[in-house]
Amino acid sequence: MSDVLDALAAEIGDAGAVVAVGGRTQYEVGGAVDPAAREVRAPHGIVQHVPAEMTVRVRAGTTVADLDAELAAAGQCVALPSWTGATIGGVLAVGHSGLRRLGWGPVRDAVLEVRYVSAEGRVVKGGGPTVKNVSGYDVPRLFVGSLGTLGVIGEVVLRTRPISAFERWFAGEGVDPFVLLRRTYRPTSVLWDGTTTWMLLDGHPDDVDAQGRASGLSEIDPSTLPALPPHRWSLPPSELTNLPGDGHGAFVAEVGVGVVHRDAPQPRREVAEPIVELQRRIKDAFDPAGRFAPGRMP
Amino acid sequence: MEIVPSLVEDLRAQLAADRVRTEPIELSLYGHDASIVEGGHAAVVCFPLSTDEVRACVRVARAHGRPFTARGAGTGLAGGAVPLGDPVVIVTTKMNRILSIDADERVAWVEPGVINLDLTRALGQYGLHFAPDPSSQQACSIGGNVANNSGGPHCLAYGVTSAHVLAVEVVLPDGEVAVLGGLDPEPGGYDLRGVFVGSEGTMGIATRIAVRLTPNPPAVRTLLVDFLSIDDAAACVSAIIAGGLVPAALEMVTGPMIGAIEDFVHAGYPVDAAAVLLVEVDGLPSFVDDAVARVRDIAQTNGARTVRVAADENERQLLWKGRKSAFGAVARLAPDYYLHDTVVPRTRLVEVLRKVEEIARSHDLMVLNVFHAGDGNLHPLLAFDAREPGVLERVHEAGDQIVVASVEAGGVLSGEHGIGIEKRDLMPRLFSVDDLDAQARLRDAFDPDGAANPGKVLPKGSRCGELQRIPEGVWV
Repeated sequence: MSDVLDALAAEIGDAGAVVAVGGRTQYEVGGAVDPAAREVRAPHGIVQHVPAEMTVRVRAGTTVADLDAELAAAGQCVALPSWTGATIGGVLAVGHSGLRRLGWGPVRDAVLEVRYVSAEGRVVKGGGPTVKNVSGYDVPRLFVGSLGTLGVIGEVVLRTRPISAFERWFAGEGVDPFVLLRRTYRPTSVLWDGTTTWMLLDGHPDDVDAQGRASGLSEIDPSTLPALPPHRWSLPPSELTNLPGDGHGAFVAEVGVGVVHRDAPQPRREVAEPIVELQRRIKDAFDPAGRFAPGRMP
Repeated sequence: MEIVPSLVEDLRAQLAADRVRTEPIELSLYGHDASIVEGGHAAVVCFPLSTDEVRACVRVARAHGRPFTARGAGTGLAGGAVPLGDPVVIVTTKMNRILSIDADERVAWVEPGVINLDLTRALGQYGLHFAPDPSSQQACSIGGNVANNSGGPHCLAYGVTSAHVLAVEVVLPDGEVAVLGGLDPEPGGYDLRGVFVGSEGTMGIATRIAVRLTPNPPAVRTLLVDFLSIDDAAACVSAIIAGGLVPAALEMVTGPMIGAIEDFVHAGYPVDAAAVLLVEVDGLPSFVDDAVARVRDIAQTNGARTVRVAADENERQLLWKGRKSAFGAVARLAPDYYLHDTVVPRTRLVEVLRKVEEIARSHDLMVLNVFHAGDGNLHPLLAFDAREPGVLERVHEAGDQIVVASVEAGGVLSGEHGIGIEKRDLMPRLFSVDDLDAQARLRDAFDPDGAANPGKVLPKGSRCGELQRIPEGVWV
């Protein structure tokens, strides 16, 4: 099973700058990587999927779309965003969630086990294959959002979820998205641009219908959803009420989540000194020579 | 090691004198937790009231070259709060205030000593609850839940503690205070919050915790399904999961445990069944009605003898009371018990349950099973009488063999109780030298001097040249 991971480890070796490349859908996140870094790609393919376990072992170079297509045969999917061409390894390394985070949870909660190649060129495992596990430290969560700066993710075990049998988007103007969020039981997504509110519901058709009617919104074709501006802000959900007229222009906000899509990047936030120090020590512990994605900061 | 008077004096200079305790009976009490791990000893026991006082305790301990061990309610079952290396024990039970509840934002800030069930009770008026519900929820603290990444029956659908903790204010092992994570969805940097949750007190002490609150479901139905064969019950579990239905909870009770519960609670559990499943579905009304019908169909297809749907909230509560009283019910069968916690792939439940029976039989022990079947989380309970000479050795040996059998079936060491001391030396069964080295590096990044809860989680030899002090005579 680990032959392909051993091959990846051999390719990465124990010296020289290296950067893992996936689908390049979010390659710029965290800053420019030293162009001298050698590009490596994780292997692809599904290793094992047992539907009754609701888990899948998959190599990190597999695209999310390919994985979802395979899982669909068993009525399952993974709770990861499936931007065109995005790989499992890339989506996990970046850690950004998709528009269904309100219902699906963050990317970090989808990962059960990670196998990565370390700075010493060794294959290392963190976590475990079962849906519940507290054996040892939570290395998988450390790797989600680490932007490839701690090791190269080669293979993971992901939790799967049932594909929603029925889902509908609703939209309308003049509906307060914050009141809507409180009134609606577990919507999958609520979006707001200051004027229009959109909501995604899934579940039993009668429930979707009842909650949709109560919302004051109208059913829409999902192709009419707003285009998302390119930059991503992260705000406490309670602060989203301040977005209109905050001087930073247009937005599409994920209500209840706090991700806001805007035209300009989020101003850099102050990080407390003990946090900076912990981040530095973790980086030094996993990659003392600074081999992985030099130049990039998570 | 004897108590150094100046250590106590320095602690008393920071905390009120009556919150720095050295009476032998207290030192002995705080040398134990709810596990059967022996060999712990507290140098001194402190009861801080604030983040500043926790920081003062850590700094005094460090100035005296002492490690420190944090402790919540002491309900841990893996020895995580058993003090090794004569540490300063820092008990957070007096830090028990709910600091804020934001019902709109669905976030509460709590101190670590808040009892799990007290939080959920305080949230009732808002139609919200804290989803992790360990069986000890009447006694265990949120700080302890964070340390152990605790679970509970409803984690099947809602996820374990890590999924419900947004941010943690922590006193780090060097006495600095930092907030890990944040209320915003993508705080940036490495997920220090995710690393801290489940670190069993080895990376610092949580002093304030921001927990995510979950809306109460509009409809809930609970079913009791009984089977004449454990195989059929396990097949039913697999069929429910594979059928795309994720119940809120899916619990199994087998064999003599059913009778013990029934004698204790009189909830109408069928005492002649080989296995019963407690299945709960929640959500919106049409989904719940549909799910009840589907569970009934799947159960009948898989050989269920009867399917009982709780008619009202009273009956539902009674069925749950049976499940949650299981450990109390065991007292009727034997004076002592050792509760285990492993996880296996859900498709291998039957095979491992049989193996567990075999292991118990070969050690002349009674085993009872009541567990979270939906996520493959076994809780074999070895019942015994500690007065019987030599029985503890057999209990420990059987326990180790149960863990090994679970790992050999593709499972893991612990689903929700943690590693602590109990399973520390079994870690190499699951992790290679390189895997353990990576975990040791992560721990050292938080605690380079090994001052925070030493002797837990990682076995000796996890890193090169380590000098982890584990006292003679410690055993589990």
